Parts: sequence; C-alpha cells; structure tokens
Amino acid sequence: MSTDLKKERSSAKPTKDENVRQQKSPEMKPAEHISIEGSEMTESLIMVRNLEKHYGELHALDGVSIDIEKGEVAVVIGPSGSGKSTFLRSLNLLEMPTSGEIIFEGVNMLDKGVNINTHRQKMGMVFQHFNLFPHMTIMKNVTIAPIKLLGKTKEEAEAKAHELLKRVGLDDRADAYPSQLSGGQKQRIAIVRALCMEPDVMLFDEPTSALDPEMVGEVLEVMKALAKDGMTMVVVTHEMGFAREVADRVVFMADGKILETGTPGEIFTAPKTEKAKQFLASVLK
Amino acid sequence: MTLFFAAEDSGFFEDLRERFINNFITGDRWKYLANGLGVTMKITLGAVIIGVILGFLVAAVRATHDKTGKLRFLNAVAKIYLTVIRGTPVVVQLLITYFVILAPMGVDEIIVAIFAFGINSGAYVAEIVRAGIMSVDNGQFEAGRSLGFNYAQTMWYVILPQAFKNILPALCNEFIVLLKETSVSGYIALQDLTKGGYIIVGRTFDAFMPLISVAIIYLVIVMILTKLVALLERRLRNSEH
Repeated sequence: MSTDLKKERSSAKPTKDENVRQQKSPEMKPAEHISIEGSEMTESLIMVRNLEKHYGELHALDGVSIDIEKGEVAVVIGPSGSGKSTFLRSLNLLEMPTSGEIIFEGVNMLDKGVNINTHRQKMGMVFQHFNLFPHMTIMKNVTIAPIKLLGKTKEEAEAKAHELLKRVGLDDRADAYPSQLSGGQKQRIAIVRALCMEPDVMLFDEPTSALDPEMVGEVLEVMKALAKDGMTMVVVTHEMGFAREVADRVVFMADGKILETGTPGEIFTAPKTEKAKQFLASVLK
Repeated sequence: MTLFFAAEDSGFFEDLRERFINNFITGDRWKYLANGLGVTMKITLGAVIIGVILGFLVAAVRATHDKTGKLRFLNAVAKIYLTVIRGTPVVVQLLITYFVILAPMGVDEIIVAIFAFGINSGAYVAEIVRAGIMSVDNGQFEAGRSLGFNYAQTMWYVILPQAFKNILPALCNEFIVLLKETSVSGYIALQDLTKGGYIIVGRTFDAFMPLISVAIIYLVIVMILTKLVALLERRLRNSEH
C-alpha cells in the first residue's frame, strides 16, 4: 500500500490523491468529506508526503504519507520502535526528516526559507514527560508564549489562561509551581499551555505513558473534551480504549511505515496486515 | 634596641603590640594594605564582568554548536581560546598581556590586569556555563521550541534561568579563585593587596604580621562571598520548591 502511495505522490502533487481519500473511511465524517469533494480548493490541514528519516543505519521513517483533515482525531498506534513518535515529532520538525514534504496550511515546512517558528505556534504539542518549565508558576508557564510570541497583553493572556485552566479543573493552582503538582495535573497544564497559543492542531506524544495508572483517566477526559470541541488532533498512544472511543481514524505503524489506516472499528476488529494482527493481539488481551 | 628590651620585659602580648604598631601604624603602613585591597577589588570586579560576558558568549557559541551543528567556525575559535587559556599559567598570560601587547601602547596597569584576568576567567566561566546549559533536560528545549520560540528565545526564557541556578555554586567558586589569582598582579608592578603586604615586609623585616594580615583579609572576603552565594542559592531554591 505504501509503495503505490509513493508513486502517486512523487509524480503529481496538484492532483488530489484519490488514494488517500479511499483510505479514509468516508462514513466517519460525512459532512467534512462532502465539502472536500465539493471544492478542490479545500486542502487537508496537514499533508505528509513520502517522509523519510534516517538515523545513521536506522531507517526510522520509510516513505510515510498521510493527510490529516481539519477537525480530525487521528490516533497513531504500533509496536515500540515503529517510528510513531518520530513521525509525530517530524510534524513540527522537532525531528528533521531526511526528505519528504510536510504541507501544513498550504506551506511545505521543509522548504528553505520557511519560518518554522511561526508554524510551530499553530501546532500545539504535548509530551510524554510534560516538560513544564520548573522555574515558572503555572500561570507563567501557560502565558509566557502568548505574551512573548502573539503579542498579547498580560491581562488578555491570563484571562484566556484562567478560562482554559477552569476547563481542566486547575484554575486554583495557577500560582503553584510544577513540582507541586501530580503527574496528571502536570499533563493537564501542559495541554493548557499548548492551547493558550490557540493552535490549529494538537500533537500528543504518548501523553499518558509516564503517568501513574490512576491519573491516566483525568488526562484522557481532557483530551476527549478537546476532541469533542472539534480540535484537530494527532495522538500517539498506547491507550487502545481511547483510540477506539475517540479516534476518527486509527493509523497503524510498524518499521517506519504506515501499514494500515481505518476507522477504529476496521482496525480493531478486522486488521488486514499480519503485523497489525500480532500487535493488536498482544495489546488487547 | 629599645624595642627588643621592651619585648623582653613585658612578654608576648606587649611584643605583639609593638610589632603591630611597627607594621601598621608607623608611617601609616596600613595604607599599603588598604590601597592594595582597593586595587585587588578593582581588578577582581572588572575581571568578573569581562569573564562573565566573555564566558556566556563563548558558552552560547559552544552550546549552539553542540545542539544544532551550526557556528562551526566560531566554535573552532572558541575551542582554541579555551585550550590556550586553560593550558597556560595565568601569570604568564598576565606578563604577555602586559609586556607584549599592552605596555607598548601605554595602557594603565590596572586595565591590563583586568583584561588579562577577565580573559582568563572567561574560559573557565564558559565551560561552567556550557555544562549548565547541557545539564538542562532536552525536553525543556523541545517544549520551548514547540511553542514557537526560536533558539535564542528558548535559551533566554527557558534554558538559561534553569542553567544559572545549577551553575551558581561553580560560578561563585570561579570568582573566589579569580580573587585569589589576582595576587600575582605584583608581577606587572601593581600594588595589590599581596604586594602591599610584601612592601610592609620590606620596610619592617617582619614577615609574620603583614603576610598573616593579608591572608586573613583574603579569607574574610572569600567567606563573605561564600555566605552571600549561599543566601542567593537558597532564594533561588525557594522560588522553585
């Protein structure tokens, strides 16, 4: 599958890829799908083409191509070492791909002369290990970027922050430091920090993997609410329950390739590839 | 002669008093120490400022190179600087700066010393700061960049404040070393604290009291500095919990 994708892509970018559209299950987002069909102007929010990443000998990404539509929740699953984190981190160029294209809002971010920083402002990222700034209060953590980068006043940024902090139930901890919070609270703050930049897409890199089991739920709840609000999300996770419940599309990766994509129903009940069958058998016991 | 007999008569403490008067009061000899201390402080302060600026610049170049692979030429220059400065004695550097480079241009000795010690200290500060930058978890760097901060902004808002706290003890230690190293300023005819004490020895032929006094003055300054840094460290720690 990935090989014929490659052929298609490299030849012609302007022609919308029927291939990708077929992969996407049409029934999952009828309204959105029709609108795309209707006007050829509408582009996917993120179009990834033939992404390659080599770490010396290791071929971490091997011709990855995928479209992320606006409002879509794409959940990337796969065995460890399959390249799913590398793929996600390539989307905002925390990993620099060796070759390929990442077209975000119409701009190929890998073109020379593109200011990656302004694009990153539109892509919120949540990390496995939270990476809150330990020397700042929660309020400072979530407002420093909008104040310094979006030119918001302190009042504007803090009003927005309070609104978002209330939504994750942590408004009372605004003056605390990260080290005073539990893991689940830290991750909710990390989500708020990314949201304060009013991004067009949120990238989640195994957001619950470093959490104690009893704290996973509170973070997933926040993510579900976010998905319900129509946020475009790309989520790398081992939480199969979340994938099944929230994902519009599940992307199965192995050996640096996307082997299968489909609705949760398709992937979880009728995986096509042997690798996916094995993986799902091992995680869905 | 009278002095000798006086000491014989009234014992140890009277002797000490006499020597104290002879070394410090007679001819206002204490002024050698006071003025010398002034010179030492001037050199140290000036050198600290140059050392910190130079050190941070060099560390920025080195860390940027380590993290991104850019600035290859500047990094090579920085490496040569570090190797030469750390590989040669500070006295030799001071002498070269004075006799070879600056004295022919008629530059004031204190300025020469400030430059020589500043450039010397910069090399040590640079490696301390670089280690501090590298000690901050890379996730912090990624978090800053993912929000849209550029490299310099991420350094300034996210990395350096955390690095600074980590390196404060080492940085303070470097300044203490610097303060003590300025005691070789006498080599270029500067009358710093050490030289001041030595001049008194030359006048009174009494080595004990002037030199012990010089040692005590250094010690007291170092202890005050250490105390101040401990206070500062505690403050920084409290701000983070």
